Amino acid sequence: MSSIGTGYDLSASQFSPDGRVYQIEYAGKAVEMSGTVIGMRGKDGIVLAVEKIVTSQLYEDDAATRIFTVDKNIGIAIAGLLADGRYIVDIARQEAANFRQQFERTIPLKQLTERVSAYVHAYTLYSAVRPFGVSVILASWDEEQGPQLYKIEPSGTSFGYFACASGKAEQQAKTEMEKLKFAEMSVEDLVQNAGKIIYQVHDELRNKDFHFEMSLISKETKGLHRLNPQPWYDQAVQAGLAAKNEDDSDNEI
Amino acid sequence: MYSHNNIFQTELWKGGPSPGQFYNFPGTNYNNSNTGGFTAPDIFGSKRSSSPITTGTSVIGVKFDGGVMIAADNLVSYGSLARYQDVQRVFKINEKTIIGAGGDFADFQSLKRSIDQKMVEDMCYQDDIDMKPKSLYNWLTRILYNRRSRINPLWLEMVVGGMQDGEPFLGHVDLRGRAYEDDVVATGFGKHFALPLVREQISNGEVLTLNQASQVLRKCMEVLYYRDCRAISKYSVAVSTAQGTIVQGPFEVNQNWALATMIKGY
Amino acid sequence: MDFSQDYGIHDNAVSTGTTIMAVEFNGGVVIGADSRTSTGLFVANRVTDKLTRITDKIYCCRSGSAADTQAIADIVAYSLNYHENQTGEEPLVAEAASEFRNYCYNYRDSLLAGIIVAGWDKRNGGQVYSIPLGGMLKRESVTIGGSGSSYIYGYVREAYRPQMEKEDCVAFVVKAVKHAIYHDGSSGGVVRIGIITEDGIERRVFFNTESGNPVEIGN
Repeated sequence: MSSIGTGYDLSASQFSPDGRVYQIEYAGKAVEMSGTVIGMRGKDGIVLAVEKIVTSQLYEDDAATRIFTVDKNIGIAIAGLLADGRYIVDIARQEAANFRQQFERTIPLKQLTERVSAYVHAYTLYSAVRPFGVSVILASWDEEQGPQLYKIEPSGTSFGYFACASGKAEQQAKTEMEKLKFAEMSVEDLVQNAGKIIYQVHDELRNKDFHFEMSLISKETKGLHRLNPQPWYDQAVQAGLAAKNEDDSDNEI
Repeated sequence: MYSHNNIFQTELWKGGPSPGQFYNFPGTNYNNSNTGGFTAPDIFGSKRSSSPITTGTSVIGVKFDGGVMIAADNLVSYGSLARYQDVQRVFKINEKTIIGAGGDFADFQSLKRSIDQKMVEDMCYQDDIDMKPKSLYNWLTRILYNRRSRINPLWLEMVVGGMQDGEPFLGHVDLRGRAYEDDVVATGFGKHFALPLVREQISNGEVLTLNQASQVLRKCMEVLYYRDCRAISKYSVAVSTAQGTIVQGPFEVNQNWALATMIKGY
Repeated sequence: MDFSQDYGIHDNAVSTGTTIMAVEFNGGVVIGADSRTSTGLFVANRVTDKLTRITDKIYCCRSGSAADTQAIADIVAYSLNYHENQTGEEPLVAEAASEFRNYCYNYRDSLLAGIIVAGWDKRNGGQVYSIPLGGMLKRESVTIGGSGSSYIYGYVREAYRPQMEKEDCVAFVVKAVKHAIYHDGSSGGVVRIGIITEDGIERRVFFNTESGNPVEIGN
């Protein structure tokens, strides 16, 4: 690590001679250390799921949650530094409240993403600040617009997705998701696949314990963003455990 | 023991308003002068006009066995003009809380936007804890009293109801920040016409059933339609029980004009 | 007011003692207004345009103080244009109405403004919103405003039909505003009409002469 920046990595406001801003890349490293976070858009619902790595048995089950509610039908999942993430969530909540005050309706997710990513981007421009060490996945669903999914990187860039992932097993999760047909997926399928992917990509050798966390926005949740909703939470965990056992027995052969 | 340690606050009222000043609620940006508003003083001093413009009339609330019911007609008047005849004045706030509003309807819409934002904030805590009626009721008294102290009142008289820890709650708040709880409350004209009608029903100390409650409110709305110049015959009802809250209506009141045929001369 | 001296020209604000109106029909909205602006008894402008553009498909009808309503309309038009540029989408009529309401309510003690916001958007089609003096906001399928409107409540209630055909709707609005002009001293001039649909606005002017022509030679 000590050789790669060679002095050009100390400030977010300075390029390296080969055109890179190392501080942003280091922020990306913070995300890569995080438990895996995924978002998936189905036919008539959207799901966020998290591999919450348990670093101590002394924590309560709901401690250090990585999924947040921003507005009635908007959820955010965070990969990376949790404290940075919570701050970004607060910014998102303020932007959503602001929009509500001005226009008396819920902010469209596209606009919320644009506002938050502009904020994240601003923190890559000045020497006095460091970029946010988070990857932000935003999800929403409503009757008119259907499911929507966006992801913001530490650089402040953002895109819309059918499905996306961040954290430790981003690549592995993406490989799994590419096998799926999201456009025709029901809420049940969506939830079960979310469970499967998180349990599959979890690396038991590196991190012994983890807590599965998920949220859902769909007609079934009355258009509200619900954290760990029943019965879907149990469905996801069961599908996850089943998939894991299958994998384990494969290995034994 | 800690008296030399200045990390402990020694001031009695730190962060509060200094004497003669007002408390600023978080998230608002009122200035601290006691004109508190937008008009600058002129040569005659500063003027606070603040009188209601678009207004709703009476709201009536009753407790019944296992819940609360609030009724109001669907009229928002513009002076004596019956201008907007299709407006809900009773609302569901969440699964535990309902509210009905009389007075300046623009003020109420503004207040309602703040309440709705509070419900979104409640959701953000992700703990499935909703604001209970008593919390809303107390919060409203503070907002209303704060505004009257700035000599710029929110011209409202409201009935708050709902289920508080399994028990029915019913309260009344108004533009001065005055507030009281009772088994039956009413605003405006309703205080004079509806309260006696309901009290007559519960004078023997019995608790109304849901059906009796809706019948007595129906009768109240009928009498108010006859005797209140700012009332119309169409009304809505908000109901809160342990099962949740709903707004019903609009309903049409019963009418009986048969006695008109018996009147001759004055 | 001293009639013998100045007819209230000097001590009265320029104000649109007005008749304005907006109606939803099956393809959008029809908006209408008279064209008189007065200060006291003097007609300051006899060909005023009270149908003011906010975006291509959202207009407002102004009543009350000309200065106040023009200022608000300018601010809202600027804000929504900015919003449109930033989002790449046409603003909703409800968003425009909400923004108007915010100004009308927050500054209710200093403003004299009764505004109708009407227009078309692809999410909710033709819509009409009424923002009366105190700054409340209410969607209505048909609404009238200004001093002249009090004379035509009966006619409007009787003659209005939901989801009219375009030309029927135009005829209805023209007739209503003409009635108001006839009875209200503070309304007058021509009847201006705007028809807002998916394709934008079509404007028309109706003259209050017996022949309906702009020029009429008396006898």
